[in-house]
Amino acid sequence: MAQIDEEKKKRKFKSAGKMRDIMFEYYVEAKSAGDNGKKVAWITSGGPVEPLIVMDVIPVYPENYGAMIGASHMGGDLCEKAEAMGYSSDLCSYARADIACAPVNGGPIGGLPRPDMLVCCNNICGTVLKWYEVQARYFNVPLFIFDTPFCHTGFSDEARTYVRRQLNEYIAFLEGACGRKFDFDRSIEVGRLSLQGQRLWQEVLDAAAHKPSPITAFDAFFFLALIVTLRGTQTVVDFYAELLHEMKEKVAAGISAVPRERYRLLWDNLPVWYRLKWLSDKFASHDACLVADTYTTAWCGSMKYIDENDFLSSMAEAYTRIYLNIGVDEMAKTVFEMIDKYDVDGLVMHSNRSCKPYSLGQYDIQRMVQERKGIPCMMIESHMVDERSFSESQISTRIDAFMEIIKQHKGHV
Amino acid sequence: MRTAGIDIGSITTKAAIVEDGRILGTMVCFSGYNASLAGTTVYRNLLDDLGFDASSIDRIISTGYGRNNVDFADKSMTEIICHGAGAHFLNPDIRTVIDIGGQDSKALVVDADGRVRDFVMNDKCAAGTGRFLEVMARALEVDLDDFGSLSLRSATPAKISSICTVFAESEVISLISKGEDRENIIAGIHDSVASRVFAMAQRVGIPVPVMMTGGVAKNIGVVKALEKKIGATLEVNEFAQVNGAIGAAVLAAKMG
Ligand code: SF4
Repeated sequence: MAQIDEEKKKRKFKSAGKMRDIMFEYYVEAKSAGDNGKKVAWITSGGPVEPLIVMDVIPVYPENYGAMIGASHMGGDLCEKAEAMGYSSDLCSYARADIACAPVNGGPIGGLPRPDMLVCCNNICGTVLKWYEVQARYFNVPLFIFDTPFCHTGFSDEARTYVRRQLNEYIAFLEGACGRKFDFDRSIEVGRLSLQGQRLWQEVLDAAAHKPSPITAFDAFFFLALIVTLRGTQTVVDFYAELLHEMKEKVAAGISAVPRERYRLLWDNLPVWYRLKWLSDKFASHDACLVADTYTTAWCGSMKYIDENDFLSSMAEAYTRIYLNIGVDEMAKTVFEMIDKYDVDGLVMHSNRSCKPYSLGQYDIQRMVQERKGIPCMMIESHMVDERSFSESQISTRIDAFMEIIKQHKGHV
Repeated sequence: MRTAGIDIGSITTKAAIVEDGRILGTMVCFSGYNASLAGTTVYRNLLDDLGFDASSIDRIISTGYGRNNVDFADKSMTEIICHGAGAHFLNPDIRTVIDIGGQDSKALVVDADGRVRDFVMNDKCAAGTGRFLEVMARALEVDLDDFGSLSLRSATPAKISSICTVFAESEVISLISKGEDRENIIAGIHDSVASRVFAMAQRVGIPVPVMMTGGVAKNIGVVKALEKKIGATLEVNEFAQVNGAIGAAVLAAKMG
């Protein structure tokens, strides 16, 4: 028994506690912003946050909050509340939960801090447009919409000019809201930190290529919060540098995230926030490790378009060509690359009824993966936050069957 | 080697005993509310029927939604793998298995070695399953066993457009009150099950030949409706309902 505990301890991340502290401080600071003369902006998860950091505005992410709601099993109740307010049950559950929280200060940590402004970037979906309009009306604060055209393939000069021009408008909007000039010198530093943070995050994720993997996608879902919320700050750089160090130590010591890693899997789509532990245990019981996922990679996936020496301008392309704003063929390409890079035996897709842009095209991608990579794929139908739509016994059977297929595939049964 | 398979489904529990590539016997009983008891009972009855002693069985695999409730089984496996193995055992040429059981329907593709390549299962909904047919039989006050033959008499199947079991039931009730022929309503119900299952099965491609298994395979109306959609005949044999249990027994023999 003692030995089992020891093993478990080794697999745990020392950095997890630190990360919780950072997030706690971040929310305390955000919630007391008004007292300290600071402004708060609510921003979409894929939105260009760096200009806010330059202006010393605290960015707050309703989507990150949505994940917290999901993980604290408050999603079902809040979604019901939103439905009672008149919102459709087909609406994204982040939007439903957030909209339901606002009037009652509901949810974990007693609700999000009141925003002074809203920044909405539609590179992730169209839902956020209406969602942010609703909240702008509710809080009666200015809303900036950053419009990124969908990139089926490539990136045209027209699109570049169009998005770049909005960056100027965005800066003007912030100057107006803060009553201060934008500091371009500082923006160079923030850009550098943002890029550095993204690089380190990618390196953390890359550690999963090692066999056995020191990290699972479930760990990545947890550690993701920093690159989402605090990108562009030194805190992120320092933290991920430390995490990376820990990861390297684990690799050197041969410590695996899943006790007997025999099968390596790739996860697609957002996590099922209220079932992380259940899913993680379920896969581990089959000696399977979800080594990587398309979701957490999305916060460093378009790094290649950033020009270190001209962060502000190149940001236009990087923010437009993120995973959810590209065509299905391009998405499939990313999936193929990840299958090879992490050398996985199967693909687990979460058909997430909340997130349409992520889930549309999954069956096509699945087919392409089967044809080109010849690995088994499975689909889990669920919702990332609304726990009312998770049906345990059906999903359990599907996972068992999928693992049996992989075992047959590899000649292990 | 003599092996057994126990398949505990939501409505019925099945058992099969196989020896050296031959089926020695099968049995079906209702699952009731106690899956574990159903598993024990069906197995005991089959052993008695065949005059076997439990000690003469070398290995047992349990499957179905109650698969983890069979404490005397050596191993449990999902019904997906077992249906693949069962169909392959009965006819090695089979490439697609469409199984419609009490609370779920599934389609799976098997390769030349009987290994499952891909599968789909119905979403969280009873439409397109045996339960759907049961609900409709009750609404129509017709014995479910007569559904198949009655529907074959229909010349113009009624249109059931709702994909939800509960709403479809109200649709059926309004058809009854409009005086629609029972045969036509039943044929319409079969069409609706077939459409649902076909739409789902298309995701795995439906390579031929196709075998249909599960309790609903006994319903000739659904089989015919599905054949029309797929554009191929479906192999339905006497073991359709116990195919999962047979597959479990076959896999038990292969177990290392
Ligand atoms: S629909 Fe998807 S991308 Fe849009 S807010 Fe919801 S989860 Fe995020």
